[in-house]
Formats: sequence, C-alpha cells, structure tokens
Amino acid sequence: MEALFSLVVGVLTASGIYLLLRGRTFPVIVGLALLGYAVNLFLFSSGGLHTDAAAVIGESFAPADPLPQALVLTAIVIGFAMTAFVVILAIRARGDLGSDHVDGQQGEDGDMLQ
Amino acid sequence: MSQHLISLPILLPMLGALVLLLSGKASERTQRQLSVAFTALLLIVCLLLLRQAASGELTFYSLGNWQAPYGIVLMLDRLSALMLSLNAVLAMGCLLFACAGEDMRGSNFHGIFQLQLMGLNGAFLTGDIFNLFVFFEILLLASYALLMHGGNKARVGAGLHYVILNVAGSALFLIALGVLYGATGTLNKADMAQRVAEMSGDQAALVTAGGLLLIVVFSLKAALLPLYFWLPRTYSAAPAPVAALFAIMTKVGLYAILRVQSLIFIDTPAASAIAGWLWWSGLATIVLAAIGVVAARDLRPLIAYLVLVSVGTLLAAAALGTPAAVTALLYYLPHTTLICGALFLIAELIGQQRGTAGTRLVRARRLHQRQLLGILFLVAAVGVVGLPPLAGSLAKLLLLQAAEGSARLWLWPLLLMAGLCALIAISRAGSVFFWASYKGEVAAGKVSRAQLAGVVWLLATAPILVVLGGPISHYAQATAEQLASPQAIIHQLLGEPPKRELVQLHPPPLGPHPGDTP
Repeated sequence: MEALFSLVVGVLTASGIYLLLRGRTFPVIVGLALLGYAVNLFLFSSGGLHTDAAAVIGESFAPADPLPQALVLTAIVIGFAMTAFVVILAIRARGDLGSDHVDGQQGEDGDMLQ
Repeated sequence: MSQHLISLPILLPMLGALVLLLSGKASERTQRQLSVAFTALLLIVCLLLLRQAASGELTFYSLGNWQAPYGIVLMLDRLSALMLSLNAVLAMGCLLFACAGEDMRGSNFHGIFQLQLMGLNGAFLTGDIFNLFVFFEILLLASYALLMHGGNKARVGAGLHYVILNVAGSALFLIALGVLYGATGTLNKADMAQRVAEMSGDQAALVTAGGLLLIVVFSLKAALLPLYFWLPRTYSAAPAPVAALFAIMTKVGLYAILRVQSLIFIDTPAASAIAGWLWWSGLATIVLAAIGVVAARDLRPLIAYLVLVSVGTLLAAAALGTPAAVTALLYYLPHTTLICGALFLIAELIGQQRGTAGTRLVRARRLHQRQLLGILFLVAAVGVVGLPPLAGSLAKLLLLQAAEGSARLWLWPLLLMAGLCALIAISRAGSVFFWASYKGEVAAGKVSRAQLAGVVWLLATAPILVVLGGPISHYAQATAEQLASPQAIIHQLLGEPPKRELVQLHPPPLGPHPGDTP
C-alpha cells in the first residue's frame, strides 16, 4: 500500500508541477488543483498509513492519528477557496488583458506559440 | 482582562472586519471613522503588549484552555510584540492615507484591510506551525483582494502572478508541515524544538528536509533571491496605501524565518544549512536589487527594489545569527519598513501632481506643491538610503560592526555599494521630479489633509527612532538575547521536561525506593 500511495502522490505532484509551468491560465489552474490533491494526500499520510483504524479512541484496536485528518480538512477548505479565487481572477485577466496567457502577452485569441 | 489582552490583536481586527463588511452600505464617513477607530484601538493594545513584553516576560495563552502541546497556543515574546506594534503603526499611516479617497475606488476596502491586519497579527502571535499556515492564508487572501482593489490592467496582470505563486507556495508549506509532523509528531513550535533536538539518523534527515522546505516557503514571502521576481511588479501595481502596507508582508517571511531558525532548528544540522543558504542568497539579493534600483525607470519599481535591498540586508543579518547581528537587524527592521511604506505614499502624491507622466522618471510639468513634496521626499530619501542623522545609518553601522571575519569581507562592500546605488538612484529621481520640469503646473491632485497625515505619521517615526535610539537598541538587544535562548520558551510552555540527566546528576536517594525491585 505504501508503494502505491507514494506513487500516486508522486505522479500527481509531477503532473501538477508540469501543468503549473504551462503558459496559459487554464492548465496552470488545473496544475494547482492537482498539486493540491497531492499535498492533501501527502498530509493525510503524515500520521502513518493504517487500514481498519478509526480515528476515535475505543472504536478500533489501534486508533489512527486524528490530527492529520483535521489538517487535511483545513487544507482542503483553504485550497478550495484559493482555487475558486484563481479561477475568477483568471477569467478577469482574460477579459482585461485580452488573452489567457499568464503574461497577457499573446494575441487577441490567446494562441500559444507551439 | 490583562490575561486575555494577547488575544485582542487577532480578535479586534476580526470584529472590525465583520462590522465593516456588514456595514458596507454605510456612508463613507462612518466607514472611515469605524476603521480608524478599530485600528487606533489595535495600536493601543499592541503598545500595551509591547510594554508587557519589554519586561522580558513570556506570555502564553491557551485557546479554549487546552494545554500545550495538544491545544493551540498564542505566544508573546519581545520579537512578536515588536512586530505587532510595527504592524499597527504602519497600518495606521496607510489607513489615514487611504481615507483620502483611495478606499472608495473599489468595494469593502476597510473590511478587507482589517482582515489583512488580523492575518498579520495572527502570524506574529501563533505558537504553532499549522496556525502559522492558516494565518498566512488569511493574510494572503486579504492581500489578493487589496492588491486588486479598484483594479486595472496592471493590477490584474501582477495579481495573477502573485496569487498563483503564493498558492503554489502554500502547497509547499503544507508538504513541509507534513514532513515535520510525520517526523516529530507535533505542530507546536516549542514541542517540535524539543523533539528535533533529540532526533538522530533518518528522522533527523527528514527534519532537515522539512526545515529547508519551510525556509523556501518563507523566502518566497520574504522575496529572497531566486524567489523575488514577483515583488517589483506587484508592489508597483498595487494601490499606494496597499503597497505601503505590503512593506510589512516581506517582513512576515523574515519573522517566520527568524522564529523557525532560532526556536526549532537551533543547534541542529539544519541550522547551518539554513544559515548558509540565507547568507549567500541574501547577499545576491542585495546585489541584484541594487542593480534594479539603478535601472528602474519609474519611482514605484525603484522603491520596490529598495524594499528588496532591505530584505537582502535583513536576511544576511539573520544568517549571521550572532546576537549583535540580530540586534542590528531588529533595529533596522522598523525603520526600513516604515520608511519604505512612506516612500510608496509619497510616490503616489508625486504621481498625482504630474498628470500623465505619473511617477515615471521623465521630464514633466512642474509639481504644484513642490516645496511640501520636496521636503517629504528628502526626509524619506535620507531615511531609506541610510544617511545620518536618521536611524538607517545607525542600523547599518551596527550591522557592519556585527559582521566578523570573512563575513565582513563580503558584507561591507556589498552593503555600502547598495547604499551608494540607492543614493544615486534616489537623488536622480528627486532631481527629475523637482528640478527637471517644464513650466506650467497640473492643477489637479492637491495633497489632501488625510494623505499628509498618513505620510507624516510614517515619516515622523524616523526621527523618533533616532531620539529613542538608546531604549530601542536596548530592546533590540534584549530581543536578540531572548531569541538566542529558546530554552526559556520551551520550559515555560511545556514545563521542565522529566530528563534522564536530572536523575544522573543527583545522587541516588539512600535507602530502598518504593519502586525498586529487590
């Protein structure tokens, strides 16, 4: 399970960073979202990976650490708000700068130089 | 009451933000009065806390009375009290300036301003590292909104970069937190310090990685060399009072670095790595920022690069880490923050009297109130370059004295060269604005009373820092000593740890012990 878990986190992070480095705002936002997922999974695992362990004392033989779950919840909420904000900002930038390139330097239709 | 005083710097702006956001339809006058009243109250509270901390007393406040290390604690020592007061003083100046009309160019300026103060104060007070993250997010979210206040093209463009960078930075922050929590099993700074000190082997390597990652995140906020490229554009695009308030945003990063370095990672392998990185990137920041200062074609980016010079200087001092260097840093910090804030405000005043030329360094029509603006600019210029008689020169002198051995070889020439570059650039800017002008004036843009009050409020601190130089440098020195002995914080918060050494130190009690087995 550990190998699979770390693979998932790694692939998500790598894809997130790749997309983050793209030129247009849409891939960048998707990249931020993927990075957010990776980070949440990673935080979740910081208390150790267990199966069949509730985060309540007395519910299971060896209870899981409840703190990472609380941290992940906070991180998800904040990440959600931030993503919403970036999306709105990107739409605004598309309108104001006339392009959805992150530098706002492309032409009217926002074509990428491929 | 006095035991709850420490929570007020967070609660007061939160209450203010709620009241102001809910009274969005109230008249301009009411909103401004409310906002100034809340900030004035905050200033009083912060000064009271400063007096309390000046005695050397450490104050802890367990929220909901959940005891550390399990609950969330607020922590007040000399450093946090200094940052709180600095923040409140700066905020007051910015707010007065904004009340001249900038605040009504968009919606909810005052409410968001209070939220920003809440985030900043929270970051300075929190004793646990996850709440540092939460307060960082609060202050960042508020800063996004303030940056885009009364938005235009430049602000949206700069804002997009700023927001994306900081969201990515937050992701890194969370990874660092995950690593540190996974390795130490705690989020309380003092508790973490205790456990980090006992680490060895693989765990220690993990902690070092987590610590360095934290420093990367804080360097992004503080705008250290490879991570500063967002700053000049963002600060020059922001509305003037917001740019002035942002002068303290880089110092939040610095505060977090100081805290992490002096409390958690002191005397660990991570500490020397952190100091090495900070030292070289701080010096490189000074060099590049000095080039930027000379190359800037507009007063606003010029000031933004001056902010970067001060960031580089402060971080190089933090990397030196000796009590003398930290004393110099803490004496320089309020001066440079307030003067850079004042300069952003003065740039706005100059820009509004030059018509379409704005703050660009080109010949334009003569300024309407050139004497008033000239005097303000001169005082701010002398302060920011670090010439006598203002506090900048004293602070730099202290810093130069604090560098020893090979550090002196690097710091002295770079710091003095940066000072020279700043002097050249700012005197060139001044002569373009005040001397190289056409006949005829732009009638618009007279300095209003609120604007003048804001600028004078910030500028007046420069002579005060000199006049009170003795007490303030003593305070800075005491703060440096407090930072150098984090054991006091750990012991007072967590109690004396039941140590093995204690048992070894004392002779075993005579006679059979109840727990002994025969």
